Amino acid sequence: MNNHAVEINDLSCHFGSFKAVDRISLTVEQGEIFGFLGANGAGKTTAIRMLCGLLIPSGGGGQVAGFDILKQSEEIKKNIGYMSQKFSLYPDLTGRENLNFYGAAYGLDKKQILARTEELSNRLQLAEFIDRPTLSLPVGWRQRLALAASLLHKPKILFLDEPTGGVDPVFRRKFWQILYQLAEEGVTIFVTTHYMDEAAYCQRISVMHRGQIILRGKPYDLIEQHRAANLEELFIDLIRGRENADA
Amino acid sequence: MILSVAGKMPMRSIRFLALKELYHILRDPRSLAIAIAMPLLMTFLYGYAVSLDINNVVISVIDYDQTAESRQLIDYYYRSTYFGPADYEPDRSDPEGILRRGDAIAILTIKSGLATALENGQEFELGLLIDGSDNTLAAAVQGYSEGVVNSYLMDRMPPGMKMPGISISNQVLFNPDLESSHFFVPGLLAIILMMISALLTSITIAREKETGTMEQLLTAPVSPMAILIGKIIPYIFLAFLDGALILVLARILFDIPFAGSGLLLVGFGLIYVSAALSIGILISSLVKTQQVAMMLALIMTMLPSVMLSGFIFQIKNMPTFLKIISDIVPAKFFLIVIRGILLKGAGIQTLGIQAVYLLILMTILIIIAALKFKTKVD
Repeated sequence: MNNHAVEINDLSCHFGSFKAVDRISLTVEQGEIFGFLGANGAGKTTAIRMLCGLLIPSGGGGQVAGFDILKQSEEIKKNIGYMSQKFSLYPDLTGRENLNFYGAAYGLDKKQILARTEELSNRLQLAEFIDRPTLSLPVGWRQRLALAASLLHKPKILFLDEPTGGVDPVFRRKFWQILYQLAEEGVTIFVTTHYMDEAAYCQRISVMHRGQIILRGKPYDLIEQHRAANLEELFIDLIRGRENADA
Repeated sequence: MILSVAGKMPMRSIRFLALKELYHILRDPRSLAIAIAMPLLMTFLYGYAVSLDINNVVISVIDYDQTAESRQLIDYYYRSTYFGPADYEPDRSDPEGILRRGDAIAILTIKSGLATALENGQEFELGLLIDGSDNTLAAAVQGYSEGVVNSYLMDRMPPGMKMPGISISNQVLFNPDLESSHFFVPGLLAIILMMISALLTSITIAREKETGTMEQLLTAPVSPMAILIGKIIPYIFLAFLDGALILVLARILFDIPFAGSGLLLVGFGLIYVSAALSIGILISSLVKTQQVAMMLALIMTMLPSVMLSGFIFQIKNMPTFLKIISDIVPAKFFLIVIRGILLKGAGIQTLGIQAVYLLILMTILIIIAALKFKTKVD
């Protein structure tokens, strides 16, 4: 057993002849905010799904929260929180009902759910809208509710798949403040995004392209090494270079 | 795969899943409409509107006999509630034209010699030309017409005398008034239970896929089996609630008897509903959106349950390949069961073969559904 929150080796996922994820390896330290970047279709979501036990890898392996991703997906599920890009809440239920339901799905009892809801409601400032049907809420609020749902069971690692899609800049900034707090408390955060300003908030990033990791490091080191003006420029140059090389 | 984790069921998760599903049903006007309004509507429709009983069907009479006897026979036709006269005198030279124009549904031709034949007790043939474009109506006209002639002969002949000419024995059991509602409304139970169980479950599971909540649920430490069980429990209750609703309406509005055992019906209902739920789960594992789930459910369950089950059309009149297909339609067997239990008071002795068929179908469907239900996302 080692101390890495996530450690994977040569992880692959093939759909027929299409290699959605092609032998990627990476490690994420505990309490780290790890950014997983890439264009749409680069394989980020597929990789996250394998880590969360939603997809069976075609090859390679690794561990999440100290448990084998091939054999111990049930144990992994107890220790991780997952928030998908769709903010998977039930639109016809209120925020509180959603939290009650997901709490029960994570095996919490009534008391625990009540206490955690109260705690998260204060922390994420949900009080104002927690008793309204989720459907009627603006995207930014739905996002915070979805985050609350994925934090109910106090996960050690939080997987966020494009958590800020469609959310306005003010809400995004608030959201990242919350992520920072969580990381300070020791929660490991594994986040995919294609907002480059968000990538700059991460302690380390990996860039995926066509199923492979083509770049990794600390955001500011990378900018310096490649003499780029910012991450966005670096990212675009890199992808363009790859595409020209492929063509 | 999911069968292996069925060992210890997290009752609390299942309860919450079921409760949440109940919220969905109660808060979604569409599913509530399908669940409650549809059965009511269909009961009214099939009970009242869709009727195979005939009433004042226009029948033209061409009378070559022109005797007191022939006029009396015609009078018998028109005095019955089943038949009525055409508005104007038909053109005798073109009987087919009368039917083609729709001036009458049938033409009765009385050759000369009816009176003599009746007197001497001889054979006599009446001609009945029926518009066959509506074959159910045609069959009904045929049957009712025989009935009219029979009652005419019975009334004419002094008791004890041998009946002349046609000797028809029209004895109808179990539905002596040949009420269509007695035929349709019990059958509706098979249709509604299939609809609630297969259509609604396939839609609700597809909805979780569509909104991404299924993915979210699968990242929680709750087994797929528990998710499934939690989701289907409310629909089992709903199916039985609807079943009870139809039976009560059947009793109140259409005076349909409940001759057999209620317990037996519940037992058969459970088997049938399990089979239907399996179809619903199977459909949901084949599709990704609610729309496709609904289409597929209509094609795979509603259509065969209505068309190939004997609900409306008799299976014995179908071509062989449809007969073969009808053998995998659970509604076919359940229909025999309901009609048997309600109208005839049939017991397990007579329905044993249906029980065997339904159990086999249910087992096969459950196995296929369990194998196909995905525990991972695509």
